[in-house]
Amino acid sequence: MGRIVLDQVSKSFGDVEVIPPLELLIEDGEFAVFVGPSGCGKSTLLRLIAGLEDVTGGKIEIDGQEMTSVPPAKRGLAMVFQSYALYPHMSVRKNIAFPLRMAGLDKEEQQRRVAHAASVLNLSDYLERRPGQLSGGQRQRVAIGRAIVREPAAFLFDEPLSNLDAALRVGMRLEISELHERLGTTMIYVTHDQVEAMTMADKIVVLNAGNIEQVGSPLELYREPRNLFVAGFIGSPRMNLIEGKEAARHDAHAIGIRPEHIAVSGSEGNWSGVVGVSEHLGSDTFFHVHDTGVAETITVRADGEVGFRHGDRVYLAPRQDAIHRFDAKGLRI
Amino acid sequence: MARAVTPRRKALNTLIAWAIGLMIFFPILWTILTSFKSEAQAINDPPLFLFFDWTIENYGVVQDRSDYMRYLWNSVIIAGGSTLLGVVVAVPAAWSMAFVPSKRTKDILLWMLSTKMLPAVGVLYPIYLLFIELGLLDTRTGLVIVLMLINLPIIVWMLYTYFKEIPVDILEAARMDGATLRGEILHVLMPMAVPGIASTILLSLILAWNEAFWTLNLTAAKAGPLTAFIASYSSPEGLFFAKLSAASTMAIAPILILGWFSQKQLVRGLTFGAVK
Amino acid sequence: MATRHSRSAARIMMAPAVILLLGWMLVPLTMTLWFSFRKFLPLRGGDLGWAGFENYVRFVSSSSFWPSVQATLMIVGGVLVVTVILGVLLALLLDQPMWGQGMVRVLVIAPFFVMPTVSALVWKNMFMDPVNGVLAHLWKFFGATPVEWLSQASLQSIILIVSWQWLPFATLILLTAVQSLDREQLEAAEMDGAPSLKRFWFIILPHLSRAITVVILIQTIFLLSIFAEIFVTTQGSFGTKTLTYLIFQRVLESQNVGLGSAGGIYAIILANIVALFLMRIVGRSLDA
Repeated sequence: MGRIVLDQVSKSFGDVEVIPPLELLIEDGEFAVFVGPSGCGKSTLLRLIAGLEDVTGGKIEIDGQEMTSVPPAKRGLAMVFQSYALYPHMSVRKNIAFPLRMAGLDKEEQQRRVAHAASVLNLSDYLERRPGQLSGGQRQRVAIGRAIVREPAAFLFDEPLSNLDAALRVGMRLEISELHERLGTTMIYVTHDQVEAMTMADKIVVLNAGNIEQVGSPLELYREPRNLFVAGFIGSPRMNLIEGKEAARHDAHAIGIRPEHIAVSGSEGNWSGVVGVSEHLGSDTFFHVHDTGVAETITVRADGEVGFRHGDRVYLAPRQDAIHRFDAKGLRI
Repeated sequence: MARAVTPRRKALNTLIAWAIGLMIFFPILWTILTSFKSEAQAINDPPLFLFFDWTIENYGVVQDRSDYMRYLWNSVIIAGGSTLLGVVVAVPAAWSMAFVPSKRTKDILLWMLSTKMLPAVGVLYPIYLLFIELGLLDTRTGLVIVLMLINLPIIVWMLYTYFKEIPVDILEAARMDGATLRGEILHVLMPMAVPGIASTILLSLILAWNEAFWTLNLTAAKAGPLTAFIASYSSPEGLFFAKLSAASTMAIAPILILGWFSQKQLVRGLTFGAVK
Repeated sequence: MATRHSRSAARIMMAPAVILLLGWMLVPLTMTLWFSFRKFLPLRGGDLGWAGFENYVRFVSSSSFWPSVQATLMIVGGVLVVTVILGVLLALLLDQPMWGQGMVRVLVIAPFFVMPTVSALVWKNMFMDPVNGVLAHLWKFFGATPVEWLSQASLQSIILIVSWQWLPFATLILLTAVQSLDREQLEAAEMDGAPSLKRFWFIILPHLSRAITVVILIQTIFLLSIFAEIFVTTQGSFGTKTLTYLIFQRVLESQNVGLGSAGGIYAIILANIVALFLMRIVGRSLDA
């Protein structure tokens, strides 16, 4: 149904190449997340797939059909926008029914599908309201409702949660994941938040300056980042990256070690330093350790009960098998 | 922005402003009042302000003698027709400029406005000649076309500024939802821009209703709108004040009321958005 | 942000407006330009051949030309001065807190919606008539001899009528500009001890300068071609024959199309000079 193939797709705005030619395959039913810092071209890539922008070169294939120059309306995709892009002059019911109306479905079928979508999304009580009378989360659901009634080949999400507050974001994240489980339809989801990417994706596509840095499952990216950029981008808090003498001891230009792979104690370890800021999350505590002599700051994760204070001297023991090594070009060794 | 002022200051402001406001409005008020006087009382010395024998006979006389209704109908057709046609031509153009801007969009917009600045008298004879050639002289069709062309730049401009405020996301959402270009404009853009379209229509109606160069020069008895109807009172009927007043009141009333409703929106159209 | 589809759609959708306006501009302009080089008298032999620059020379050297330029400048200048000064004062007044602000604004704006033929006639007959006009009564009330406005003070009368029509426009736009003034800036100046006249001169007026420019330019374009006000009042006599009216007379009354067309070209050039300045201001606001 929704297998999407990008073949040598590239995009330039004028003389500026924002996406150099790239290859990408998204399998039918997959939940793919495009993640990267702002300006990395992830939204542009999504708009190319949607047909809202033309590709400068290459081919886009959806469901086995060449779609490169097919207008967005005819690609059989549905999109949820960051701003929700609801029609403010229409009721929720009419918003959700709009794609069906455009497709020329008869009234009864429209009503049936709208009612179904509304019950799935808990919107049945709000059908006669205008978007302006809804909360952020409800608007988001209307936007999703408008997408699912079309029964598209794939859903495209453009940073759909970035306008919601933190608590709501976690809830909606779950809802979208559940929706994916239930529908089994291909979804492409754009975000700058690596937590969203890690928690939702079957396949993560890490983008940087228009280039695909790595494609893989969340755990693959976590365990084996292909280069320094991915290593630094995936994982929270960030991986500690160390250059210089300490790296040379491991025959690498740079090494990386995640905070959760460093043991901290008051007595023994390879490195020692002074505790700066500590962040207590209850379950975990993150220490930012200074003056280690290997890097400016080393972040370490410890159990929530560990009670070092500002200024305490601590000893750090990195797990040797969890050290990532990178060469001078930043590539994994 | 409410600032705290003393009641005395506020009362003084009110007094001065109302005095000036009434002074500026006086010619219109006087015209309306005079239209209800008899001819004798209209030129009474000293002038009668409110205490005269109110009558509406002038309105009847004006209608009988000058066939007001026919001119009114011409005005309605010409102003309405040119506005409608202008909007139909301008909506797609404004859509293009607002949502698919290119490097030349700004130049095209400015060029359109610049056509508005062509002095009409400079092209009077050619238009006159073309009208004779095409059989458009003294026809409503001819005036509808000319006034549409005159107001088109302003209509395009106003619609453009209103359309630009609509987030492009929503139009893209419509595209993703399977809407054709026609559907996108008809079902999403236009309903969202209703207030803007309404004030554009109002401004265009007012400008077309009051246009007095082409309407005077390109019409005679048949297609003349109210501007021509009034011009026919220039002499010697103009000496009959009450009837002149009745005719004037009838000519300006519709547009005066329309104009009051839309005054806020008018600023934007009239300044081409150059003053915020 | 667009696709080839939407760009080509945009071109097609823009085409009717562009083609119509292009035709509206080019066809008559070309014809006027052509006529201006011909000896063309429709009622006295028609097109009598090539005339070179004769029409241009004759138009400028005719005895009515310079007076008409003078009358045009007097009327345009007079109306501009009156409307801008009164407009600024009125805008400042209407910005003050008062009771019934909306209603006052409606009163002040009303003249703008009166069609030019009506306002000219009402002023000419009911106000400026030397016997029965309101102004005549007013003069008599104060013991003065009524003025024969349209013959003795013809230019001033026209300026009065036209100013009355355009004052609302100036006020409306200047009021919008006044309302966009930063209150805190004014209050800061007040705290600094600037007296109100200084505040007006150094803060309010500079803030209004752009709006004033817009008012001047837009009004100039419209005022250069006022027609109805003269057509129904003086018919161009008593020194009120403007350039527009002169051309109108050459073309329609004396049916000398070649000569009138040459005059038309002069008028177009004049208007374009003004338009150029306006376009630069409007263009700047497009970038913002």
